[in-house]
Amino acid sequence: MTLEQRLEEYQAVIDDLTFPTVKKWKSTHPEGKVVGMFPVYTPYELPHAAGMLPVGLYGAGGKVDIDHADSRIQSFVCSIARSTLELGLRDLTKDFDALWFTSICDVARNLSGVWETNFPRQAVRYIHYPQNMTSPAALEHYRTELKQLVLMLEEIGGAHVTDDRLRRSIAAYNEQRRLCGELYKIKEQYPWLLSTWEAYVILRIGTLIPLEEHVEILKAAIPEVRARKRPPRDYVRVLLEGSFCEQPPLELIKVLEESGCAIADDDLLMHTRWFTEDVPTGGDPFLSLAEAYINKARYSSVRHYGPRPRKEEFLKKIKDQKVDGVIFAAPKFCEPALLDYVLFKDELEKAGIAYLGFEYEEKMGVFESIRTQAETFVESVMFFS
Amino acid sequence: MDTHQSDEQKFRYQGLGRDLQKNLLTAWYDRIEGAADAGRKVAYLFVPGNIAEFLRVFDFELVFPEVNALQCGVRKTSGDLILKAEDVGYSPDVCGYVKNDIGMMLAGNVGPSGHKLPKPDLLLCAYCGCTTFIKWFEALSHFYDVPLVMLDVPYMRSGKIEETDRKYIVSQLKELIPICEKITGKKFDHDKLTEIIKHSTEAEELWVDILHSAKHRPSPFDSYFEAVFFMAPIYVLRGLPECTGYYREAMKEITERIEHGVGPIPEEKVRVVIEGPPPWPHFRAFWEMLKKWGVCAVASSYSKVGGFWDHGFRHDPSRPLESIAEYCLTCYTNLSLPMRTELLRSYAEEYSADAILIHSVKSCRSFSVGQADMRDQFTRIWDIPTLLIESDLADPRYFQAAQLRNRIDAFFESLEHKRLVRA
Ligand code: SF4
Ligand code: SF4
Repeated sequence: MTLEQRLEEYQAVIDDLTFPTVKKWKSTHPEGKVVGMFPVYTPYELPHAAGMLPVGLYGAGGKVDIDHADSRIQSFVCSIARSTLELGLRDLTKDFDALWFTSICDVARNLSGVWETNFPRQAVRYIHYPQNMTSPAALEHYRTELKQLVLMLEEIGGAHVTDDRLRRSIAAYNEQRRLCGELYKIKEQYPWLLSTWEAYVILRIGTLIPLEEHVEILKAAIPEVRARKRPPRDYVRVLLEGSFCEQPPLELIKVLEESGCAIADDDLLMHTRWFTEDVPTGGDPFLSLAEAYINKARYSSVRHYGPRPRKEEFLKKIKDQKVDGVIFAAPKFCEPALLDYVLFKDELEKAGIAYLGFEYEEKMGVFESIRTQAETFVESVMFFS
Repeated sequence: MDTHQSDEQKFRYQGLGRDLQKNLLTAWYDRIEGAADAGRKVAYLFVPGNIAEFLRVFDFELVFPEVNALQCGVRKTSGDLILKAEDVGYSPDVCGYVKNDIGMMLAGNVGPSGHKLPKPDLLLCAYCGCTTFIKWFEALSHFYDVPLVMLDVPYMRSGKIEETDRKYIVSQLKELIPICEKITGKKFDHDKLTEIIKHSTEAEELWVDILHSAKHRPSPFDSYFEAVFFMAPIYVLRGLPECTGYYREAMKEITERIEHGVGPIPEEKVRVVIEGPPPWPHFRAFWEMLKKWGVCAVASSYSKVGGFWDHGFRHDPSRPLESIAEYCLTCYTNLSLPMRTELLRSYAEEYSADAILIHSVKSCRSFSVGQADMRDQFTRIWDIPTLLIESDLADPRYFQAAQLRNRIDAFFESLEHKRLVRA
């Protein structure tokens, strides 16, 4: 099967809201447990080390009407929270044994509470990530938090997570992150060989299947992408910022690319590239994961930055990636993205860098206005540079 | 002996709570404005999880951006300030308080009472539940070019105080000492902290007495519409002797009302528990909509955002840092959704309420996400009549008076009808 055909196949799996990969895994692992992982970053290593299947929960991508969730969460809330709950209320997440939400925002926090009351059969956990990055106490606190998560997994029937098991899982996820990074490097250097929407599909399928299968997919895809015979094109190089949690419709990414943007880097599916370097595989693995979160994570609007402000990292990325402009695409109602937008754009205005900003929703059906804005943006950047 | 006392003789203390509160707050804003001249440093912090006692050891003047925002709301200036923030790129959908504050800063940082507000010397972000707090202070750090100092308060995710969370906060408080010493040039003084906390504890006792007074029938006190004024000193002046003095005086007003069997409205017909912050720009109008039905709020969650004392917690002079940590953990904003739901339910029982009213604030997802689910539980599981209405706490555009009035009228009419049927 060609890569293109495989992409179509992955896409069909991603679009299938009945979680077919989970069903398949459960049929071969009758005692196995599945943990739903709400974005942005969630420690996949832990359920993996407990012999469980961690699965990304990324809403419904606009493929479901919000009929039931409306009576639980009002309309002025991002799509991912409402559609994820809708999946639950339609019984589509019944194969999940546990769900993890993290301290990214007030919505995810309260969604964890709504889930806890509405689905008593599922074990729900809200993970507190350290926000005080300069406090030495944060490390120990988060290490304890990770240990408690493991206890929870063991309680619901996971294998005992020994340090060795966890080290092996850390090594396995290091490899996955390295491969995802490699794929992104190709996109950054030779955007005509791999478009962002293709990279997205390759990464996204990984949130639905066992890690080992995804590593194989990545290993097969990378050389195939490199070997593609596609002629270089003229692009405007952009950074896509703000889409770190709720994922934009794939159509939107395609529209941006068709308008002449090469997305040199982005924050889509961020957990696949969360750490800037490998998590150490020796020593205390809980400490390693905790330390990596505090000191080796990429900047994100949902993680407080500590002594080095996020805007510095953002400007550094712009410089390193040699982009011509920035596209802010934020989910409607997403406070972390929309509040940071103002600060980022302020920096861009000071530095004289072009940008375009808009909001999206899962259910968005018409992209013409965005296409026009993107085309005008591309033209103006080309003209001015 | 003449048993017919005139109203003047009968009611010597009415209005005291409001008037004294106003004077105290004006004096506080005067001090903030004059901080530089008095050689005092200024700390910005949030009401929930405010470590006022700790900062007072270093003689910081305390500025609470939320209090500025709410006062702008009451004085009806928030609408214009919000638009100012939207002019620089803030979305119409983000927290109205943040936009109000940033709009105010952009307009020259003149506070709601006309005082010129100084820049922060310390920007202390206690992450006490609301994640928007962090984003808000990150923005202030950007605009003022002042580093943000974080006090990370873990959310009450397991439904109780975890030892690891308490320890973590205490460690951070200890790490904060040298930072404050450096900014103010003043040494940390343990005995001074103990003294300050003693004032807090005393004020907390009195405040709880006022809150509990609403168990009387009729309730002498509206635990929402009046509490928002009565609670101001314990939120922003806690630890100062005048704060304790205030509650002693305010208590006289309440005691007098109990003695004479009067309350905030002429005739109490319906007792409710209210969840959510008020719509500040239409505070009066909202109250009138409820007064019309003889509604008295006997308990509310909003009066617990800056501290939750009525179920027993007190700052403790013998465990200063530990009790500050517990204070931060238990503020209403830091309670998990199931804890909030249970608290409101228990209030309905404790205070013999007839209904629960949820004022859902569109731009405050910290409060509002999940409130529809709460309503569902109140009505379905506990059979407590519950009304959920939506507007905003700062943005006047979201207050649809006619629509709100219709919903409120329909709800209380049906409540009245049900009572008649039952009777
Ligand atoms: S999209 Fe934004 S607001 Fe919604 S859950 Fe994610 S981070 Fe929170
Ligand atoms: S979201 Fe709500 S709790 Fe948070 S800062 Fe805004 S008004 Fe306050």
